[in-house]
Amino acid sequence: MMSNNLQLNSEGKLKHFLTIEGLDKALLIEILDLAESFVGTEDQRIKKIPLLRGKSIVNLFFENSTRTRTTFELAARRLSADVLSMSIATSSTSKGESLLDTIRNLEAMYVDMFVVRHGISGAAHFIAQHAAPNVSVINAGDGQHAHPTQAMLDMFTIRQMKGDFANLRVAIVGDILHSRVARSDIQALNTLGVAEVRVIAPKTLLPAQVESMGVTVSHNLADGLKDIDVIIMLRLQKERMSAALLPSESEYFKCFGLTEKRLKIAKPDAIVMHPGPINRGVEIDSNVADGPQSVILKQVSNGIAIRMAIMAMAMQKQEGL
Amino acid sequence: MERILIKDGRIIDPANKIDRIGSVYITDGKIASVTNEPAGFKADRIIDANNQIVCPGFIDLSTRLREPGQGRKATFASETAAAAASGITTMCLQPDTIPVIDARAVAELIKDQAEKTGYTQILPIAALTQKLEGTELSAMLALKDAGCVAVSNANQPVKNLLVLRRAMEYAASHDLLLIFRPNDVWLANNGCVHEGRLSTRYGLPSIPDAAETIALAQCLELAELTGCRVHFGQISSRRSVIKLHQAKKYGLAVSADVAIHQLHLTEDDMIPFDSAYHVLPPFRSMRDKEALREGLANGTIDSICSDHQPHDIDAKLGAFPETEPGVSSLETLLPLMLKLVDQRAITLEQGIAALTHKPAQILQLNSGALTPGFAADLCIFDPEWEWQVNSESWRSQGINTPFWGVTFKGKVTHTLQTGVVI
Repeated sequence: MMSNNLQLNSEGKLKHFLTIEGLDKALLIEILDLAESFVGTEDQRIKKIPLLRGKSIVNLFFENSTRTRTTFELAARRLSADVLSMSIATSSTSKGESLLDTIRNLEAMYVDMFVVRHGISGAAHFIAQHAAPNVSVINAGDGQHAHPTQAMLDMFTIRQMKGDFANLRVAIVGDILHSRVARSDIQALNTLGVAEVRVIAPKTLLPAQVESMGVTVSHNLADGLKDIDVIIMLRLQKERMSAALLPSESEYFKCFGLTEKRLKIAKPDAIVMHPGPINRGVEIDSNVADGPQSVILKQVSNGIAIRMAIMAMAMQKQEGL
Repeated sequence: MERILIKDGRIIDPANKIDRIGSVYITDGKIASVTNEPAGFKADRIIDANNQIVCPGFIDLSTRLREPGQGRKATFASETAAAAASGITTMCLQPDTIPVIDARAVAELIKDQAEKTGYTQILPIAALTQKLEGTELSAMLALKDAGCVAVSNANQPVKNLLVLRRAMEYAASHDLLLIFRPNDVWLANNGCVHEGRLSTRYGLPSIPDAAETIALAQCLELAELTGCRVHFGQISSRRSVIKLHQAKKYGLAVSADVAIHQLHLTEDDMIPFDSAYHVLPPFRSMRDKEALREGLANGTIDSICSDHQPHDIDAKLGAFPETEPGVSSLETLLPLMLKLVDQRAITLEQGIAALTHKPAQILQLNSGALTPGFAADLCIFDPEWEWQVNSESWRSQGINTPFWGVTFKGKVTHTLQTGVVI
């Protein structure tokens, strides 16, 4: 399938990083291992590695993001690349043509890599398809489709905390329907061979035939957390109430909010994750978010190493390193 | 006018239950006789149709030719040339042109322009409501007088069921056919793919099949209430086929068509994010496709249309949900129908009837058959001729087809429009 081939070069190496789909276990492990070798560069007095010296990377953010943009920027700088971040406000009338024009203009300035966040599913694929052959595209989140670097930092954090994927049961809780993080996490977890991925949400927040992605389904947090090793909470957007998907934040919290009491249903050493930014008291209780089982801030730090690894690997295809 | 003899072809004329090798005689632009040579007939031109199939010209119930209003996508000249090369002699034009076909002057302009520039006959469909806004009735009677063959609100919603009821009552008063593409816009919710495995995997806004079946069920109820003749256009789901089957059994005067590509492609065939597959209604599941084929075979679905929607390149250049839906499909109509026959989904006679006699019946036209006295609209094709969809073979201005590069069997060698080879 095109979506799979598009991100690999003829030797099966990473050229773009658009989605977890179509990448095999060995490649995901390679990313995790390389990221691990970068952990610790933060602690050094000089935090830079000259791997991407002289390379130009442009962060193209058509959607707001603080965390993702910052970690991509830091990751690029630590690899000694020149990095420029652009926030491009999009109106609903802006079309693919203007998106393409933006890319063409930047390409004319000899950019080596685009890191793209866009509100429409498939935008990163579209840019990768039309980018010049020597340009790499990293998907920093496209619509409700994929957020593969977030998934990899989640996998990195899980491996760090749990060691191995084989026997893990992972619950993803909340707005699966609108979540690109959920889609990429599900694909990564299944590729890495966990024992079970369980999605926990009301029907209104689950996509059709979600089982076809290789998950089990629960509509009840209290039962759903049984035997779970890893809990990934998703952010609940305020718009979901006005779209008649949920009655209210308080009712959501009552059914699906992660509290200390509910956390006890999961395995005693279960870890709690969240892609951020968190809504305290909506999907997660402050005591849990800041509690001993939470690895939410670890995820953020790991984001830098993971993004360094992915950018370095995608850039390698040009150097033949 | 030229007297034409088409000889030694396999004549298939489902309306007259003809399927045999023989000759067709044409005088004064009309069918003079099939098989038997009329007394004193002397041909000015002889077309040797040996090893070819001779059948009525195809009647396409749903096309968009982008004229007037969107000449950068296509024109009457470009699209009727594509139609002529594909055996299509009559095309119904959806009313969502710019301006909308909601006034006599627009309908007349279209007929004039079409006659001046086009090869094949273009029959405008009148807007059901003014500007297709779904609130006030169009001047249906004047539009009928100006040559419109039916009324439709195209892809636009009618404001509520009361307006639809009244529009149907009014149409019924003037014996106008309503062509209705069932789609509940609220349930469709700006979706761009079928709600199922594909939409879930790729996080694309989705349209459940219920968006179609609920609108269809409502319209069926109103058909009974108002007595309006209704033709359902571009059915895409299994449950629509079931509902139609029940309605026909019950005795409602309804008919339906399916777009040819819906009989071949499903969500599983879509190349992720490839805008060539962006079409409305969306490609649904394998189960839906099989039910559509069965419905066509057992007569629940009456006819096949191209649902031709040519686009310029820019319209398809973007992230999938932002691209414009539609397939340029005149030229794949015949080969895709023949593929259904090859795959034993339908018989050749059924396939030809679905492109000729059935749509003529739906529109109550004296055409779609080789009946003596009917206009000599004919298609002659070589069912074995292999050809590839590429820039050399393609005539339509819109190259937006998921079948680009595919090799098909079956090519039209001659198309006759009222006795003239076009």
